[in-house]
Amino acid sequence: MDLLYKIFVDPFVQMGAAPDLLVQTVWEGLVAGVLYSLIALGFVLIFTASGVFNFALGIMVVFAALTLVGLTEKGVPAYLALALTVGVMFVLAVAIERAVLRPLVNQPDIILFMATFGLTYFLIGLGEMIFGGSPKQMITDQLGLPRGAVDIPMLGGMVSLQKIDIAAAVIASLAVASLALFFQKTRIGRALRAVADSHKAALSVGISLNQIWIVVWFTAGIVALVTGIMWGARSEVSFALEIIALKALPVLILGGFTSVPGAIVGGLIIGIGEKLGEFYWGPLVGGGIESWLAYFIALGFLLVRPEGLFGDKLIERI
Amino acid sequence: MRAPDGPLIVKGDVILAAENVSLGFGGVKALTDVSFDIQKGEIRAIIGPNGAGKTSMLNCINGFYHPTEGSITFKGQRRPRMRPSEAARGGIARTFQNVALFKGMTTLDNLMAGRSLKMSRGFVWQALRFGPAMREEVEHRKAVEEIIDFLEIQAIRRTPVGKLPYGLQKRVELGRALAMEPEVLLLDEPMAGMNLEEKEDMCRFILDVNQQFGTTIALIEHDMGVVMDLSDRVVVLEYGRKIADGTPAEVKRDERVIAAYLGQAHA
Ligand SMILES: Nc1ncnc2c1ncn2[C@@H]1O[C@H](COP(=O)(O)OP(=O)(O)O)[C@@H](O)[C@H]1O
Ligand SMILES: [Mg+2]
Repeated sequence: MDLLYKIFVDPFVQMGAAPDLLVQTVWEGLVAGVLYSLIALGFVLIFTASGVFNFALGIMVVFAALTLVGLTEKGVPAYLALALTVGVMFVLAVAIERAVLRPLVNQPDIILFMATFGLTYFLIGLGEMIFGGSPKQMITDQLGLPRGAVDIPMLGGMVSLQKIDIAAAVIASLAVASLALFFQKTRIGRALRAVADSHKAALSVGISLNQIWIVVWFTAGIVALVTGIMWGARSEVSFALEIIALKALPVLILGGFTSVPGAIVGGLIIGIGEKLGEFYWGPLVGGGIESWLAYFIALGFLLVRPEGLFGDKLIERI
Repeated sequence: MRAPDGPLIVKGDVILAAENVSLGFGGVKALTDVSFDIQKGEIRAIIGPNGAGKTSMLNCINGFYHPTEGSITFKGQRRPRMRPSEAARGGIARTFQNVALFKGMTTLDNLMAGRSLKMSRGFVWQALRFGPAMREEVEHRKAVEEIIDFLEIQAIRRTPVGKLPYGLQKRVELGRALAMEPEVLLLDEPMAGMNLEEKEDMCRFILDVNQQFGTTIALIEHDMGVVMDLSDRVVVLEYGRKIADGTPAEVKRDERVIAAYLGQAHA
């Protein structure tokens, strides 16, 4: 009885008692959630176009952030370094298409999936060789990103918003919105959905798979860069940033591997659910639940709605 | 309708020729030494029992398969290994035996995807849906609407095609191929699985496409009545070999054809 009370009643009593804390928690979850949505979209793009779960996306986040910071350390001005990093991500996309995807076309999906493992270790090695393995500081100030916090008195208490979090939420939301528009409204987005539905029909109308692959891997590279900057600014730039990609997996389980709205809503649910769970239910199990809570939420949700968030051919595509 | 990117080919000239085409899959020979040509403006039927190699032939023509021996000459250019995108760019469009549509997309989007090669505005314009890209989208939308009217599928414009009945799906697939404004249209059993009324509609569309737009058509079809009515010339395949080639009347009289094909139950 006591345990049931602690699980089902007490947390809500706490929420009611200190609504400002609730708002604070939801806000932090929202910021993380938008970034999860963004990175999940990076996976969705590549999965849609080539049926591959891109295991290397996490390391691409690290690689992009390291390149940006590494270039500024060598004296390149911040915005030039940003432009150069975008260029590097483009070159990476072309190289992956030429060296990995093209030779492996028509191989089973699992082979391509394994190839993204290979890519992961290649990028770890390359990143360490060029930039070293020690953590770095994101060039927050040089990029004009804000520091500090704004405190807003609210609900009889105080909600404190980190300015970098506000910037992260805004920038990531814009990125998510542009990706969704790109996917739904542009010719290339249409070609991409066409490839996802039928390779042979796409080929028959003259869509070039190779071009589409470059576009999606480059777009995923930009997603990685934005995520790397914002997540890096909130902590530091190290190989641990790769973790964010693991956070995207439960988002995909929830939202589907090919669904754009699924990734967006799924990211927010996981982000906010995670923070609420950590704060209100975490103490019950002695904390340390960040690593698996997201999966718990995703699986719990699937028990209630087995078809996933938007009923997108979810289970059979995994 | 479009500027040909090869020599000028007029009605009656050979636009596409298969020369001694053989195709093998491991031990299976799908095609053996098949030669025939298609003339500009004609409806050319390819018939034969199941497994005769008809679909494989179309796959060679639009670059999905590459002949193990022999070659395909298209608009005067001999291409032993043509890629599907080259075939599409050259003006070859096709439909598939088992309908290959973009199932999650609407009829409109399927047809617009058929115009992929015709849209050229850069990526950034596209993303911004602004200026020239917007004009281009509008222009192509108009062309697509004309095809929608032509095929009488106005009512399903915005329906995701996966939800449509099979007969309509085949019609949308034809629409997508027409959206490419092809010079040569390859149709793989466009009437399979249709009821009588749908078949009649499809026949009418095929004839209209051929006559109104002057599109050259290669047609695989099992229904002999349809073949006799529609086609100018017929090539007959059996076990991957060509056994007859001529007008419907000639082919119908051919003893090997009668033995191989017309005598069969499904003919
Ligand atoms: N991709 C393929 N792999 C192996 N065998 C194939 C392939 N495509 C066609 N074939 C074989 O080639 C032969 C001809 O098939 P197909 O061209 O589909 O005949 P049709 O369209 O006349 O019914 C069949 O024996 C078929 O099994
Ligand atoms: Mg066939």
